[in-house]
Amino acid sequence: MSSWETVIGLEVHVELRTETKMFCSCPNRFGGEPNTHVCPVCLGLPGSLPVLNSRAVEHAAAIGLALHCRVQRSIFHRKNYFYPDMPKDYQISQYDLPIDADGWLELPSGKRVGIERAHLEEDTGKSTHVGGGGRIHDADHSLVDFNRAGVPLVEIVSRPDLRSAEEARSYVEELRGILVAAGVSDGKMEEGSMRVDANVSVRPLGSGSLGTRCEIKNMNSLRSLGRAVEHEAARQVRLIEEGGTVTQETRHWNEDEGRTSSMRSKEEAYDYRYFPEPDLVAVDPDPDWLETVRAALPPMPADRRRTVAAAAGMEPGSDAVVTVVRLGLDGYVEAARSAGADANLAVRRLANEVAADSGSVGNLEVGSWVALLAMESEGKLTTAQARTVLKELLAAGGDPAEIAAAHGFEALDEDVLAGALDEVISADPEAWARYLAGEDKLQGLFIGRLKAATGGKADLAAASGLLRARRAAASP
Amino acid sequence: MTSGVPTGGPASALAASVRAGERSAVEVVEDHLARIAAGDGELHSFLTVTADAARRSAAEVDRAVAAGIDPGPLAGVPVALKDNLCTRGVPTTAGSRILEGWLPPYDATVVTRLASAGAVVVGKTNLDEFAMGSSTESSAFGPTRNPHDPSRVPGGSSGGSAAAVAAGFAPLAIGSDTGGSVRQPAALCGVVGAKPTYGTVSRYGLIAFASSLDQIGPFATTVSDAALLLDVIAGHDPADSTSLASPPPRASAAVQRGVDGLRIGLVSELAAAEGLDPQVAARTREAAEALAAAGADLEEVSVPAAVYGLSAYYLIAPAEASSNLARYDGVRYGLREEGDDITEMYIRTRSAGFGPEVKRRIMLGTYALSAGYYDAYYAKAQKVRTLLVGDFDAAYRRFDALIAPTAPGGAFPLGSKTADPLAMYLNDVCTIPSNLAGHPAISVPFGTDRSGLPLGVQVLAPALGETVMFQVAAALEAAAVEVAAR
Ligand SMILES: [Zn+2]
Repeated sequence: MSSWETVIGLEVHVELRTETKMFCSCPNRFGGEPNTHVCPVCLGLPGSLPVLNSRAVEHAAAIGLALHCRVQRSIFHRKNYFYPDMPKDYQISQYDLPIDADGWLELPSGKRVGIERAHLEEDTGKSTHVGGGGRIHDADHSLVDFNRAGVPLVEIVSRPDLRSAEEARSYVEELRGILVAAGVSDGKMEEGSMRVDANVSVRPLGSGSLGTRCEIKNMNSLRSLGRAVEHEAARQVRLIEEGGTVTQETRHWNEDEGRTSSMRSKEEAYDYRYFPEPDLVAVDPDPDWLETVRAALPPMPADRRRTVAAAAGMEPGSDAVVTVVRLGLDGYVEAARSAGADANLAVRRLANEVAADSGSVGNLEVGSWVALLAMESEGKLTTAQARTVLKELLAAGGDPAEIAAAHGFEALDEDVLAGALDEVISADPEAWARYLAGEDKLQGLFIGRLKAATGGKADLAAASGLLRARRAAASP
Repeated sequence: MTSGVPTGGPASALAASVRAGERSAVEVVEDHLARIAAGDGELHSFLTVTADAARRSAAEVDRAVAAGIDPGPLAGVPVALKDNLCTRGVPTTAGSRILEGWLPPYDATVVTRLASAGAVVVGKTNLDEFAMGSSTESSAFGPTRNPHDPSRVPGGSSGGSAAAVAAGFAPLAIGSDTGGSVRQPAALCGVVGAKPTYGTVSRYGLIAFASSLDQIGPFATTVSDAALLLDVIAGHDPADSTSLASPPPRASAAVQRGVDGLRIGLVSELAAAEGLDPQVAARTREAAEALAAAGADLEEVSVPAAVYGLSAYYLIAPAEASSNLARYDGVRYGLREEGDDITEMYIRTRSAGFGPEVKRRIMLGTYALSAGYYDAYYAKAQKVRTLLVGDFDAAYRRFDALIAPTAPGGAFPLGSKTADPLAMYLNDVCTIPSNLAGHPAISVPFGTDRSGLPLGVQVLAPALGETVMFQVAAALEAAAVEVAAR
């Protein structure tokens, strides 16, 4: 496996969060009784005509701008194929002139992944196949719900720039962050509002040409995307190493079996007979309007990581910074920084304790948060004590000083700590001599004993500072 | 030169008397329903007669008049609708088995506009299946006959609407024109029929044949009535993205202006089209002379790409149709023939539901759009379209309007062309260029052939040139009366 490289390109379908559907005024809402959010247009009744939702165009333009694409004049095409959950038996989509072209997305690692295009299209309905194996061809009958038919989608197509399952996951996670930040999608993969197909191929490490790719469908979580890509790459390598060749085809990921299986070969691929949609006119974004869309965009995750990293003195790609931004906790870093608190400490607390309970972050008031950081960096609370107070703030809010007092977390004052340390030293002169002679690992022993002697109230950072000062004073 | 130009017509006269309270709309509609009952057994111009609904709307018009409310410019005027226009709760078949029994849950925009103008819909008229044909013989529900000679076709695809107006079943009717489907039957039935500029009349609720060519148009017995009806149905509709932001100027204002000083071109390629009946050529020439006599500057003009119109049309229209008609698959509405699996159900439903002409065009269109053929067929046909627009533009730099024959001959006997699709397609050779260009054109009755059957002459105008088109059409109409009187 080590002599092979995996090449991955992703196609991500995103349901846009608009009030109404793409071409009619039916509500764009998840769920609902089957076939209640429908009208002549989204049912494709004879004589009905589509009218483009301008909010969907605005969202697609926002996506293009956030992905550094050229937002250009675009037209719609019809993609023709028969499918029972597609009311017109064609899908209105974009083809050779998509709204967004040639952009890039920056992964936390700093790598830029090319975006080939992003285009608008309408979603289909949903079929439920009753009886048989739950697939259309062996079902007794099928039920179709058209509530989702005509929901606006943007399909974002990456270039084949990803090289591992890990990178593929990172890309989807980053893209989700961008879409949520731009307010165009809720990014919920499990509910199907983000659907990912992966084009996977393998090639000998160092090769400049691309191998034959397979398109993998039906991955409904980041975890299954990673598993499917890994499995598929391994399958292709095994095939080639056994003397076979990869054939271009569409493969279905089976989550339970943990493997992909062939859906249809290249020869069986549909001829979609694309042609320009005569019922719609071209979309030609006005430059002034585009500027207002750009101006309304909030900072994107990559920029936010740079801001957080600069405040905390960390790397933008470090796990802590990535976590803080992914969870949208960067406001707490900024609050700490502007209050003069320790932003580095803030990032570490956010990436650990707060991230572990991120659902409760609503309880964490900015004032309490900044006060807690100050108490910890001033040595009024030990690290362990600060963590305990933070947990309670997350659970129920409140005043950190009161919570600390209720726990008896008055950190020892400097003189009491110094007295306690002297007692610990004089109780074991032999160990103290070895420590003075350079046995650094004994620091832990003294700190541990000091902690025990003070009933856990000693600020460990202050204690180690004091210990080192004693050694310096005792040395010749 | 305005003397002798007829003004008004039976529809405007009816509306005037109903608005003035001189005639009741109920009486008018009963009169027309009686004519339908007496005559349509033979002609079969209607697929559905909506007698009860017509009586109810007529009564409403009368109530409005009695209450001092103006019901609108078409107060109490009976109108027949081609059966590819959706009417809420009223069968709408597009002449096809595949839609038999389907009841639309909504009205086409045109239907709503007619109702708010006080018009009374008396029924849905027969047509070639999905408007694909030139004789109304491809209707799944049997042909319509020509009122001038019931052994002959009324033309098509809006043959039912043309025949209904010619027979006096309704003074006005609505048709749709994709390649001549209003103008050609108008010519063959001796009535006036117009195709407005693409985007003038909303297509919302018109069952699509070829979306980039389809346009709804009026039938009437006079040019003035046709203009009156167009004024009612034209206008921007937010439900149709291809609907023009502003409608053309009111057509009915133009009919009395005469043609003195207008520059009018006779299109050489169409006046000498392949297979043209010499009588048609003769009438077209007489029409040109009559316009010159009325004060127009008349010259021949060449529109070279017009000769490629038919070929381009028979790629573009079937291509769009193959996609527009995909939805008739048995899943949601209309006919369903059960099968063992979904593919078999599709095949059985569409095999049983579509007639041979529709199948032929779906196959042609599917082929033209297929991978590897798209550039050679569909893309090339679109280039012809661009060329044609260029040629028309050049002509309109020199001329205000153009004239040409409407159809290559008069009404032909039923069954005489059904075995030869190409002969049938040639019927549209003179009308297709206006659809490809998106321009307006109107057919006005002008003389007869050797059998005494009506012929038509077309007036063509540039995009949004409805005013000059109706101006010339009215002059032709007046000249036709003088020629007939000679
Ligand atoms: Zn809808």
